[in-house]
Amino acid sequence: MSVIHRNPGRRQRRPVSTVLVLSAATLLGVVYVLPFVIQLVTSFKTDPDAAAHPLSLLPNPFTLASYRRLFGGGGGESIPFTRWLGNSVLVTVLITGGRVFFDSLAGYALARLDFRGRNLLFNGLLTVLSVPGVVLLIPKFLVLNQLGMFDTYAGMVVPLLVDAAGVFIMRQFFLSVPKEVEEAARMDGAGVFRTFWSVVLPMARPALITLTILSFQSSWNEFTHFLVATQSPQYETLTTGLARFVSGSLSAGTQYPLKLTAALLATVPVAVLFFVFQRHFVRGANSGSVKG
Amino acid sequence: MRKEQQGGAAAVALPAVRRTGTAGPGGAGGAGGTARPDGPGGAEEATGAPGRTRPGGRSGGSGRSGGFGRSGRTGRPRGSLASRHHGRWGWLFVSPMVIVLGLFLLLPILMALWVSLLNWDGQSDPFSSAADFVGVRNYTDLFGSSGGLTHQLFMISLRNNLYYVLLVVPLQTVLALGLALAVNSRRLKRKGPLRTAFFFPSVTSSIAISTVFLFLFQGSGAVNALLKWVGITGPKWFTDAHGLVWSVLGAVGLVDPDRPVHALAAHGVLGLSWWDWLAGPSIAMCTIIVLAIWTTSGTFMLMFLAALQDVPAELEEQARVDGAGRWQSLRHVTLPALRPVIFLVLTLGLIGTWQVFDAVYVMSQGAPGNTTLTPAYLSYTSGFQDSDYGHAAAIAFVLLAIIMLMTLVQRVLLRERGEHPGRGRRLLGRNR
Repeated sequence: MSVIHRNPGRRQRRPVSTVLVLSAATLLGVVYVLPFVIQLVTSFKTDPDAAAHPLSLLPNPFTLASYRRLFGGGGGESIPFTRWLGNSVLVTVLITGGRVFFDSLAGYALARLDFRGRNLLFNGLLTVLSVPGVVLLIPKFLVLNQLGMFDTYAGMVVPLLVDAAGVFIMRQFFLSVPKEVEEAARMDGAGVFRTFWSVVLPMARPALITLTILSFQSSWNEFTHFLVATQSPQYETLTTGLARFVSGSLSAGTQYPLKLTAALLATVPVAVLFFVFQRHFVRGANSGSVKG
Repeated sequence: MRKEQQGGAAAVALPAVRRTGTAGPGGAGGAGGTARPDGPGGAEEATGAPGRTRPGGRSGGSGRSGGFGRSGRTGRPRGSLASRHHGRWGWLFVSPMVIVLGLFLLLPILMALWVSLLNWDGQSDPFSSAADFVGVRNYTDLFGSSGGLTHQLFMISLRNNLYYVLLVVPLQTVLALGLALAVNSRRLKRKGPLRTAFFFPSVTSSIAISTVFLFLFQGSGAVNALLKWVGITGPKWFTDAHGLVWSVLGAVGLVDPDRPVHALAAHGVLGLSWWDWLAGPSIAMCTIIVLAIWTTSGTFMLMFLAALQDVPAELEEQARVDGAGRWQSLRHVTLPALRPVIFLVLTLGLIGTWQVFDAVYVMSQGAPGNTTLTPAYLSYTSGFQDSDYGHAAAIAFVLLAIIMLMTLVQRVLLRERGEHPGRGRRLLGRNR
């Protein structure tokens, strides 16, 4: 994001305030980063060291015990971390794939296809967008239970396969694709789906990348839905498993290095994605703000 | 956290959508895009008789997005042929969306509405005639002066959440604005890393972050270690149920936090004593408040940043020429220009803070002494722990009503204050 520079000539006048602003901003930056640094450092500590020196930035002694325990090695009660990881990968891939495909389909139809009831659908979509997620905790469970999908992978994945915000983003994008392209394809005898799939969709690559990244991030971090959609430990993902480990039945003793390592490993994929595709996240945040 | 923002943001989607109707490449028929709000007859006319050539070649059916209909086409017969196909294809394309959102958004709400009128333990079939229909009793239990446990817990959760809102919303807004101003300031070089640092917490998992905060705020944790450096003995954050107000007043010796003032403790309203109402958030709740501010300020900073870049530079220069200082120019030029965004951030905050759940689930489960209990968490435990789905659903609907009220207030006020028309379009452009 480019920053527009203003206030020419301000800089040379107030060096003191400049230093103040600079140090205040840097200090705040440190405050924002520090928890992650402490988390990283603590993951290499032993339990007694973490308890005695929570602030020290040098593990003493340095140990990989937490990592070894999470991946099955090194004694103690085992944490089914690899199962959590596997479940998280599975549902994230399925949900992300589904969202990219179905959101695009629906977005395209709402932007470009004429059909009876389209306005009604679009207004319905806008209404649905504003339903707060937390309110759906109990209601979602009721429906999943009634449909026999409670405590299954289907119950975890299917309800998240389409998200209203994604449909909205795709619709906005397809509105911006020049019509002539489609018309040319139509002239060449391509059908509606063919036009969508081979002509328009490839042009939507920037929007698709943004949607993929945002979907990955939100399904990887999803917690409340999995919490109410499942019950058995076999369906635990990194978020629900970690929650049980930290505060539920799995949490024996403090074991902070182990907990923080699990939390750290759960953050890594999103962190990598964030540092590689930062501007897509920024876009996502502002697609929220836009609507005002 | 993030989900809240999405939901809230969308609530105000309408104006922006309407604007883009004229902004896009379909501008040839642009007038169609904005002229009519949804003409109820429009849709019928255009799609009702698919075989008919359409008047003017423009579909009236699109209403809001009419500019992107089949405007400006020359091959009429082909157009109508295409549109005949569109009907089928359109529904085929949207069917996954309709099915998923219908089954897992609309149906749940209707079903919960029914269950909220029952006394149901989650075991029997709520749709059989054996269902124990109790009418609005689940709702009156929440508000009624029956003095029951449900009523008291619900009032406590409302009180807790109210304090959470009162602290989080202003603080996160001011902080986000400050961060945006700092990161937008010309005097700072290398702002990229700072922006990243501020925004990064917003994209990570709320569960993972809550875990980290549990470690930081534990009795012998990093926060108390830091406090010790400056000579303060930190509290046992997660077990301290004392209200912030009484703790602060206690520290200066005005009251004893452990001994409620009789006049306040003996009387009350809505099932809680005045002592409880006025206590402020508990020390434990304060950790969740800090967490919320830390994770959300990054997102709101980006919104402010986007808006700051839209403030016309001439305005500020003009102020400078007129001799305004930095502070005055901020107050009289920048802030008024940012008003729509400030307002948006405030209401998104209001909507989001009523939904606090994840952090409570991981960090405190409502403890100590119910001081971190929130309506969302109470709804969850009423259902899943106490098998009292009727009350759980009723709490969910009251919460829905509160949040809808916030959304409504936002819409009404946004419409009145207006906003400069360029902004939405420009940001949407950036969206591509």
